[in-house]
Amino acid sequence: MAAAISIEGVSKTYRLYHERNQSLKGAIMRRARVRYESFAALDDVSIEIPAGETFGLIGENGSGKSTLLKCIARILRPDAGTIRTEGKISALLELGAGFHPELSGRDNVYLNGAILGLSRKELNSRFDDIVGFAGLEHFIDTPVKNYSSGMYVRLGFSVAINVDPDILLVDEVLAVGDEEFQRRCSEKFAELKHSGKTVVIVSHALGSVRNLCDEVALLEHGKLIATGPSGEVIDGYLSDVHVDRVADGEYGSRWGSGEGKIDRVEILGANGAPATDIHTGDPFTIRLHYAMSESIPQPVFGVAIQTLEGFTVTGPNTRQAGAVPDQLSGTGHVDLRVDRLMLAPGIYDLSVSLYDYSCSHAFDFRHRTMRFDVERGNPVEEHGVMALGGSWEGAVESVHP
Amino acid sequence: MLKSKLAEYVDSGDLTVNLTLRELRSRYKKSFLGWSWSLLNPLSTVIVYSIVFAFFLKIQPPVGEPSGLNNFAAFLLCGLLPWNYLQGSMNASMGALIGNSNLIKKVYFPREVFVVSAIGSLLVSFLIELGVLCAILLLMGNMVLPWIPIVLVLVAIQTFFVLGIGFLLSVLNVYFRDVQHLVSIALMALFYSAPIVYPISVVPDTAHIAGMAIPLGTIYRLNPLVQLVESYRDAMYDLRFPPLLSIVYLIAWSIVLMVIGLAVFQKLDFRLAEEV
Ligand SMILES: Nc1ncnc2c1ncn2[C@@H]1O[C@H](COP(=O)(O)OP(=O)(O)OP(=O)(O)O)[C@@H](O)[C@H]1O
Ligand SMILES: [Mg+2]
Repeated sequence: MAAAISIEGVSKTYRLYHERNQSLKGAIMRRARVRYESFAALDDVSIEIPAGETFGLIGENGSGKSTLLKCIARILRPDAGTIRTEGKISALLELGAGFHPELSGRDNVYLNGAILGLSRKELNSRFDDIVGFAGLEHFIDTPVKNYSSGMYVRLGFSVAINVDPDILLVDEVLAVGDEEFQRRCSEKFAELKHSGKTVVIVSHALGSVRNLCDEVALLEHGKLIATGPSGEVIDGYLSDVHVDRVADGEYGSRWGSGEGKIDRVEILGANGAPATDIHTGDPFTIRLHYAMSESIPQPVFGVAIQTLEGFTVTGPNTRQAGAVPDQLSGTGHVDLRVDRLMLAPGIYDLSVSLYDYSCSHAFDFRHRTMRFDVERGNPVEEHGVMALGGSWEGAVESVHP
Repeated sequence: MLKSKLAEYVDSGDLTVNLTLRELRSRYKKSFLGWSWSLLNPLSTVIVYSIVFAFFLKIQPPVGEPSGLNNFAAFLLCGLLPWNYLQGSMNASMGALIGNSNLIKKVYFPREVFVVSAIGSLLVSFLIELGVLCAILLLMGNMVLPWIPIVLVLVAIQTFFVLGIGFLLSVLNVYFRDVQHLVSIALMALFYSAPIVYPISVVPDTAHIAGMAIPLGTIYRLNPLVQLVESYRDAMYDLRFPPLLSIVYLIAWSIVLMVIGLAVFQKLDFRLAEEV
């Protein structure tokens, strides 16, 4: 199939100004030697996107996805390489599709439509569709500055798809919409695909990228690392980013009176060595290294595991487990040993604490001191925060009645 | 390359109109008096200048030749309105790209459109003001109607002229934000460099500086703004044809400015989306 977008050897360098004094005086004083550092946001990227394909761009923050999309949309011009596109492009880049905050939704639809190349007549006939899809009939005469971010995106997306583009570029914005709108977007994407339109999506929502996209390109520090069928590339990416996300060092906050401290926290794997990657179902040990500046009677150690959203998955402590020593001083360590880690794959934060026996006085509390990833393991369960580890019976027969 | 650029310009016609309307709408929408600002602004300037120049400084307006008109306010307005258009365009074009950074960063289309629409909206105001001025002149017994085509030719030339400057200033101001300060100084000097508030007759033909005779009058007339103001005044105040040489001179200037302005604009357009 013919390429809708062919990107050949594209590089884009940004200028990072050290002292941005944007003044003529400054420029003349420095004799036009502008002081800046070049930063390669895209480095020799070549991608062919066939017409009619839904294509995903993934990569960590700052890897150059938005930059590439802007180059395709011709908003930025690459320093080297060429980008050829076939057909009308409509782009929805980051937040705020280029609306004028003071103008009403209606005026902005007309303005944006004109920018995207629609005549007034065409806009008149599509206006109702646009507003209908966005679901903003009641707000269409309100200035867009009073829109919520979701409403903003809905309108922007609605305009972008209703101008009948051959190529639609979408950068991350859809995540802002609510459940219902996202569903309608997915339907719309499917529809676009059916009618042979090319769609390029930038997203961190790997799940939906996997579902929506035929092919995916992975960028890292401006370089193209992989392109190919979405499943393969995403799996490769996931196994990459999840390595080494143990012992990332200190974050979170810390408080406590300080007579005793938890100096260091370690996560140990199966062999008792610090874990490099953690899988569901693996043996798992949290080791708390303590240092007491005085002898502390009946200290209580605790850990808590939370999701990034702040939901506490579990919070065991030594008092509930009936493992409180009478007296503790000096340095040493306490282990929480888990035979099988029944956390579902995901990212978790670990908090640790050292309390007195009544659990009312904190000697040391390290909130969210460590972040770790749990990868898919055995049992293979991916949803929610925990793996039940159950077994299914009778399922095999019922598949083939 | 040039061809595709031209095609782009043609395609953006609708857009230019749209942006111009938006500009006009947001200029007048929020203000209490709306469109009448367009008239109140020059009116208040006329009152202030008339008091200062005609009343305090006792500057005599020249008698219109052959119209016979002798009125300071009319004399002033014939020069002041084109000046306001020039000044407004220069200021507006400096904000044209910076003020639309949200669009420039999100959508692609020829960025010249912003400058054109910023100046376009001022052109609309200018034309309305000229219409009102013509009505005033008619009331004063000055039969300007046959001269309106000449005035429109002048407006067209001036529009090219300010577009050239506008292209230049709009991008320069993105890269060097102190262009604004330079321009405001330049505007003040320019204002007094042309016979707007005073008749050209007060400018001496020769000046003697350090014993040397300097042809001040000739140098003074090299200023395109002087020619522009005089031409407007010829057509509207005196009711006569402006000298052909002036018109040719102004056309030459506007072509040169347009070429320079567009060339610089194209060159600096390259990093625009990053820099605004
Ligand atoms: N206008 C700019 N000036 C200088 N550097 C920039 C500019 N825009 C982006 N960058 C840099 O270029 C790099 C790539 O940015 P880009 O926005 O393309 O990343 P991204 O992959 O879209 O990231 P994210 O997932 O956070 O959206 C980043 O390091 C960023 O700091
Ligand atoms: Mg981005």
